Amino acid sequence: MPGPRLTRAIATLAVFALAVAFPFLASGYHVYQGAQVLVLAIALLGLNLLTGFNGQISLGHGAFFAIGGYGAAILTAKLGVPYLLAVPLASLVCFAAGFLFGFPALRFGGLYLALATFALAVAAPQILAWKGFDAWTGGSSGVSLVKPHAPFALPLTTDQWLYFICLVSAALLYVAARNLVASRIGRALIALRDQPIAAETMGVNAALTKTICFGISALYAGVAGALSALAVGFVSPESFGLALSLSFLVGIVVGGLASLGGALFGALFIEFVPSLADQMSGNFGEGAKALPGAVYGVLLIVAMAVMPGGAAGAVRAIMRRTVGS
Amino acid sequence: MELAEARAETEPRAVDRAALLAVDGVTLRFGGVTALQDVSFAVQAGAICGLIGPNGAGKTTLFNCISRLYDPHAGTIVFDGRRLARFARHEIAALGIARTFQNVALFATMTTRDNVRVGAHALARGGFLANALALPFAAREERRLTERAEALIEEFRLGRVADRPVGELPFALRKRVELARALAIEPKLLLLDEPAAGLNHEEVDGLADEIRAIRERRGVAILLVEHHMNLVMRVSDQVVALEFGRVIADGPPEAVRTDPEVARAYLGSAR
Repeated sequence: MPGPRLTRAIATLAVFALAVAFPFLASGYHVYQGAQVLVLAIALLGLNLLTGFNGQISLGHGAFFAIGGYGAAILTAKLGVPYLLAVPLASLVCFAAGFLFGFPALRFGGLYLALATFALAVAAPQILAWKGFDAWTGGSSGVSLVKPHAPFALPLTTDQWLYFICLVSAALLYVAARNLVASRIGRALIALRDQPIAAETMGVNAALTKTICFGISALYAGVAGALSALAVGFVSPESFGLALSLSFLVGIVVGGLASLGGALFGALFIEFVPSLADQMSGNFGEGAKALPGAVYGVLLIVAMAVMPGGAAGAVRAIMRRTVGS
Repeated sequence: MELAEARAETEPRAVDRAALLAVDGVTLRFGGVTALQDVSFAVQAGAICGLIGPNGAGKTTLFNCISRLYDPHAGTIVFDGRRLARFARHEIAALGIARTFQNVALFATMTTRDNVRVGAHALARGGFLANALALPFAAREERRLTERAEALIEEFRLGRVADRPVGELPFALRKRVELARALAIEPKLLLLDEPAAGLNHEEVDGLADEIRAIRERRGVAILLVEHHMNLVMRVSDQVVALEFGRVIADGPPEAVRTDPEVARAYLGSAR
C-alpha cells in the first residue's frame, strides 16, 4: 500500500496529465470552459492563502479580479502591450492594490475586515462604469480585446492555446503556493490565524505578514482576472459584481479551507453547479423555473452536509480510512 | 529579632543594571487601577527567579510588559544591556526572550513539529518570495529549523506525537510542547507563566526536575510565575513577591518564605 505522500504525488500527476490531454479530447466550448475553471482555481488558491491559512475573510476579491481583467484589457487593447507581458503587469498592479488596501484594512479584525472588503466588492462595478474613466474603461460597455492566437504556427486553436496558458499559470502558482505554505511563512500565516499574540512573541511581524498575504492573495486574483479577460476577449463592469466575490468564498469553502488541492474542485463547483441548478429547476416544471437560486442553495447545503471539511476534507477522510494514518 | 533579620534580607534594593534582566521602577495603570506600581528587581544570567503573589498581584501583567504586549507608563526594562521599549513585540524573540502562556497558547491546528518550528521562526530570514520560489538559501534555513525542532522533540520526548495536531493532545503533553516551542529560539531568558497549573501531583514533581534540567543544560535564566509554592521554593535561586502591583519581598527562597509581609499578603488574600 503506498504511503500518503506517494498517493498524493500520483494523484497530482494524474490530474495534471488529464488536464494536458483534456483540450485534445473535448469540444471547443468545453475547452473554453476548462480555461475558465483554471482561472477560477487560480483565484481560489489566492483567496485560500488569505482566508483559509491566514484567517482573514475577504468578500471583495472580485474587485481584484476586476483590476486584473481591466488591467490586461487596457494594457493590450489601448497601450499595445504584448499579452504575455500584460498579465504579469496587471497582477503586479493587483499586488500593489491589495497591499495598499490591506495596510489600513487589516487594523480591523474579523467581521470588520469582511465589511471593508464587502464595500470594495460593491463599489468596484460602479467605479468601472463611471463616466469619468470612460476613456480607459469604456464605461458600462467595457473594453474588447483580441484573443491571442497560438504562436509559431502551433497546431492549436485559440481556445486550446489560452487553455494551456491558463494551465501553465495555474500549475506554477499552485507550486508557489505549496512552497509558501510548507515554509516558515506558511506556518507564520497559520500561527497568526490560530494565536496571533503567541505568534508575535515568537517573532512573527503580524502587520507586515498579513498585509503581504493580502497583497499576494490579490495578485492571484489579478492573474485570474487578466487570464479571464484574454479568454473571454472582453471585460465589462457587470461581470465583476458582488456575486463573483461571493462565489470565490463559496469555492474555497466547498474545496476545503486551508487546502490548496481543493481549489480545483471549488472551481469546478462554482463554474458548473449554477448552470446545473438552472437545468434542475427547469426539470421541476414551469413553476420552479424561476428558482435556480433556491436549487443552488440546496445543492450548496447538501455539499456542505456531505463534505463538512470541503472536498479536501473528504479526500483526507477517505485516505485515512484506506491508507491508514 | 529573627523576623527583623529576614526583613532586611528581603528588602527591595537598588536595581542591578548589569543583570541579564533589570526591571526598574515599572508602573502600569489600566484606567484607574494601578496594575504595577514602581516595580524593581533584577534577574542574573542563568538564575531561576520565582515570581509569587496572590491573584491580581500583577505577575502576568509584568510578563506582558517584558513581552512588549503592554507598554509601561513609567520605568524601564533593560534586557542584556538593551532597553526593551525600543523594540516592537515581534523583535523580542530575536533578543533572546521566550515565553509560555498561562492558558497554553499553542497553534491548535498545527502539528507538534510545526509548533516547535514556529518557535524558531526568528532564527530565519527568508520572506514570501524566497520561500514561494524555494530559493536555495530558504531551503537551507528550512532544514536548519527542522533539525532544531527534531532535537527539541527528542529532548522533550514528543516523537510519538510529532505529526499530530496539538489540539488533539492531552493537556500535560500540550504544556510540554509549549515548553519545547519556547526553547526553540535558544533564549537567554525564559518566561514561564504558571507551568504547573492543571498538572497533577506527580506531574508537578516531574516539572520541577524538568525546569532545573533546562537551566543546567542551557544556562538559560528562568522567570517563573507560579501559585504552586512548593515548586517555586524548590527550584528558585531567588524569589520576588508581588502584592497589588508592588514588590513586597525579594531575596532567597527561605527568606521570602518566612517574610512577615509575604505571610500577611497570603493570609490576607485567603480571607
